[in-house]
Amino acid sequence: MMAQATFRIWRGNSGGGELQDFTLDVSEGMVVLDAVHRIQAEQAPDLAVRWNCKAGKCGSCSAEVNGMPKLMCMTRLSSLPMERPVTIHPMKAFPVMKDLVCDVSWNYEVKKRIPPFRPRAPDAPDGTWRMDQRDVDRVMEFRKCIECYLCQDVCHVLREHHKHDEFIGPRFLVYAAALEMHPLDEGTRARLLWEEGGIGYCNITKCCTAVCPEGIHITDNAIIPLKERVVDEVFDPISRALRVLTGRRGAAT
Amino acid sequence: MAEYRTHEYDVLIIGAGGAGLRAAIEASGHGARVGVVSKSLLGKAHTVMAEGGVAAALANVDERDGWRVHFADTMRGGQYLNNWRMAELHAREAPERVRELEAWGALFDRTDDGRILQRNFGGHAYPRLAHVGDRTGLEMIRTLQDHGIHQGMSVHMECTVTRLLTDGARVAGAFAYDRERGRFLVFRAGAVVLATGGFGKAYRITSNSWEYTGDGQTLAYDTGADLLDMEFVQFHPTGMVWPPSVRGILVTEGVRGEGGVLRNSAGRRFMFDDIPELYKGQTADSEEEGWRYCTGDPTARRPPELLTRDHVARCILREVAEGRGSPHGGAFLDISWIGEKMANHEEHIRRKLPGMYHQFKELAEIDITKEPMEVGPTTHYAMGGVRVDPETQMSTVAGLFAAGECAAGLHGANRLGGNSLSDLIVFGKRAGEYAARFAKEHGPGTFDPAAAEAAEREALAPFHREAANGENPYQVQYDLQEMMQDRVGIIRHAEKLQSALEALEQLRERAGRALAPGSREYNAGWHTALDLHNLLTVSEAVTRAALLRQESRGAQSRDDYRGKDPEWGKLNLVVRKEAGGAMEVERIPTRPLPDELAKIIEEMG
Ligand SMILES: Cc1cc2nc3c(=O)[nH]c(=O)nc-3n(C[C@H](O)[C@H](O)[C@H](O)COP(=O)(O)OP(=O)(O)OC[C@H]3O[C@@H](n4cnc5c(N)ncnc54)[C@H](O)[C@@H]3O)c2cc1C
Ligand code: SF4
Ligand code: SF4
Ligand code: FES
Repeated sequence: MMAQATFRIWRGNSGGGELQDFTLDVSEGMVVLDAVHRIQAEQAPDLAVRWNCKAGKCGSCSAEVNGMPKLMCMTRLSSLPMERPVTIHPMKAFPVMKDLVCDVSWNYEVKKRIPPFRPRAPDAPDGTWRMDQRDVDRVMEFRKCIECYLCQDVCHVLREHHKHDEFIGPRFLVYAAALEMHPLDEGTRARLLWEEGGIGYCNITKCCTAVCPEGIHITDNAIIPLKERVVDEVFDPISRALRVLTGRRGAAT
Repeated sequence: MAEYRTHEYDVLIIGAGGAGLRAAIEASGHGARVGVVSKSLLGKAHTVMAEGGVAAALANVDERDGWRVHFADTMRGGQYLNNWRMAELHAREAPERVRELEAWGALFDRTDDGRILQRNFGGHAYPRLAHVGDRTGLEMIRTLQDHGIHQGMSVHMECTVTRLLTDGARVAGAFAYDRERGRFLVFRAGAVVLATGGFGKAYRITSNSWEYTGDGQTLAYDTGADLLDMEFVQFHPTGMVWPPSVRGILVTEGVRGEGGVLRNSAGRRFMFDDIPELYKGQTADSEEEGWRYCTGDPTARRPPELLTRDHVARCILREVAEGRGSPHGGAFLDISWIGEKMANHEEHIRRKLPGMYHQFKELAEIDITKEPMEVGPTTHYAMGGVRVDPETQMSTVAGLFAAGECAAGLHGANRLGGNSLSDLIVFGKRAGEYAARFAKEHGPGTFDPAAAEAAEREALAPFHREAANGENPYQVQYDLQEMMQDRVGIIRHAEKLQSALEALEQLRERAGRALAPGSREYNAGWHTALDLHNLLTVSEAVTRAALLRQESRGAQSRDDYRGKDPEWGKLNLVVRKEAGGAMEVERIPTRPLPDELAKIIEEMG
């Protein structure tokens, strides 16, 4: 398989930009990132793009491919309708820096505000802990997160409503869940998630879950249980009883 | 003098992988003001990609394990060219460093009684690798990153150091540019830790990312520090070979640790055909015994697939050369066969190797629970790097430290899998501690402002070159990679190495004409042009050392000098810059083993 294809790449910087077409030969097995690299090497040497691992492990190469938040290194050309141009756009929930690269520094600031891991006293005299694989497995799901921020990109609270000051976004709800459900952790973050994390803004549309390249069940396994914790710890026992009675889940909004 | 944004720290750490972050945590813990710079975003360094696990003799799975066995395995794997003191410290301290990660929030897979589980890996006598499925590196870097951000270090992301600044014979800071804007920064520091990783990007087929251009090694070399063991470049036996766009991406050794076997096009399990003398006693006699080993039977010996990486890589190449390779020039790695032994093998594979399952499914449309993978050697790891003191990690330049993959000494001629992640935390900690001490003792140095200005001119040169005979930096980089792959690759020969030196000279001349069109903002072409100096420096060091070492040992295979030479077994090679600027390679004798350690090796047979 060797064919010509067109890639329509957003080029510009914080001051503005536009889509630009590039045509090149594509071959079997190529992913979107390969095409971008080829364009960089042959047609646009100063094209800005982030990448590191090229294997879906580092979460650097996030972008919007034909309007869908994706890792470019894990998006095979054969999965796209190649008779049309492939549109590649930087993530929209963050300020663009240049071309396909956005300023994601806000995410790093958010993380600092979340109270860190606080382990219980060791279980054994030698200072080590004993844990059951089952308990570990539950948290492993969240710890698989590669910090690609695709979920942040797609969440309407950030993307459309720009509540970056009030809402930490799905990635950090996953992070908070990983800490809260860590078998050794004794910290509590529920009040903070409500008051500063803005967990109430999430209305469980599950868009974040749909784009997560790690297949993390962000809403069902992280956000909903956290919302329940918020209800238990922040609100009075009556609402808790009510929730139990009516069987409503995630009632914190 | 030109004005630069200036930051001042007690300890400046260049690199935010496992080694850099561990050093930063330690230096902060010693009360130093710490700055960390990294070329990529925080949490994206190579360490994030490490899969199989971190080696530490915790003896949770097999009680016979202990630091002595780990020490002996490491020395044997390195063909006794390792710095024995580093190997000793590493083996002794790794368990504590791993337990410490758990105290900071890392979650490893568990044994039945709730302790940290360990898995088999090549060259390790017992199951020794603490792991989290096949994403151990992610777990490690995230733990260090998240713990570290609360320790008060300042992080400069997407910032690249291009020069170290010196004060007489000691280091005094660094000159860098920020990728976002292309602006220059100056760091003043009492001590500098290099933790920049390796240089696999000098080769075309590699598991390494764009960052691995030998920056730390070159920064050190240009400052007058010694490099060590540069000829030993590890080719991991199992990289993906198909489709072409993923060629080189790593397939973790964990696949073989879980029972994966290598076969040629005739379906023959060829690894039993050639077992090195050094490992005869420890290797299984039959397929049956090999499988029992993989399932944790303590009376069984390891299957030949788990011999050291250099050996496995050569065996695959032999099959290919003799016409028994897979369709795309590799061999078959099969884990699906364990279905013969296990009822629920598909689920088992997906649980033990989720990343590999995903990687092959997405990138090659192959279900590894049902079909074999096609694999072949890929450039993976640099055993060579900055020569350091084993206790403190200080290089031969005062105040300049190095740790992790960019330092040398621990691994000798060949690194065992899992020994890198443990290297990072053991020696990252030491580097951070001693750098903080050095900074406290000696205070900040001062440097000549003219040096920063010269660094600026040098960095901006690609924008000012004449377009008429200009070169595309990507093309120069590509040609360098092809050349190194072809002439300084897995199998080496004097004539080819000699011709590589000539080619390097031409490439250097072309690199001097590399152009960077466009603005200074986030300009990948500019970055590539700047990287060339580093790639050329490490490539030359590898080639010169490989040419001088007239024997085959560990990762160095010479067609014209097959087999080990006992004389060379007592020599390390040091590369340094002569006063006139030329690169010289010097032979230095290895330090003799103290009796006590020699006895350990003897006992472990
Ligand atoms: C795919 C893969 C799988 C692996 N699996 C394993 C495994 O299972 N077990 C194991 O033990 N080892 C494994 N390794 C090896 C191991 O991951 C690496 O050797 C190790 O992570 C290197 O860590 P480091 O801290 O030295 O460098 P890195 O983690 O690579 O960090 C280097 C840092 O330096 C920065 N940097 C570089 N140059 C500059 C500069 N000029 N200016 C500023 N910053 C700079 C980079 O941005 C980065 O932050 C694997 C490697 C790969 C590639
Ligand atoms: S489920 Fe919540 S966090 Fe996820 S995208 Fe919807 S609103 Fe955002
Ligand atoms: S939760 Fe998923 S989508 Fe969100 S940052 Fe992590 S890996 Fe990416
Ligand atoms: S490059 Fe690492 S996830 Fe795509």
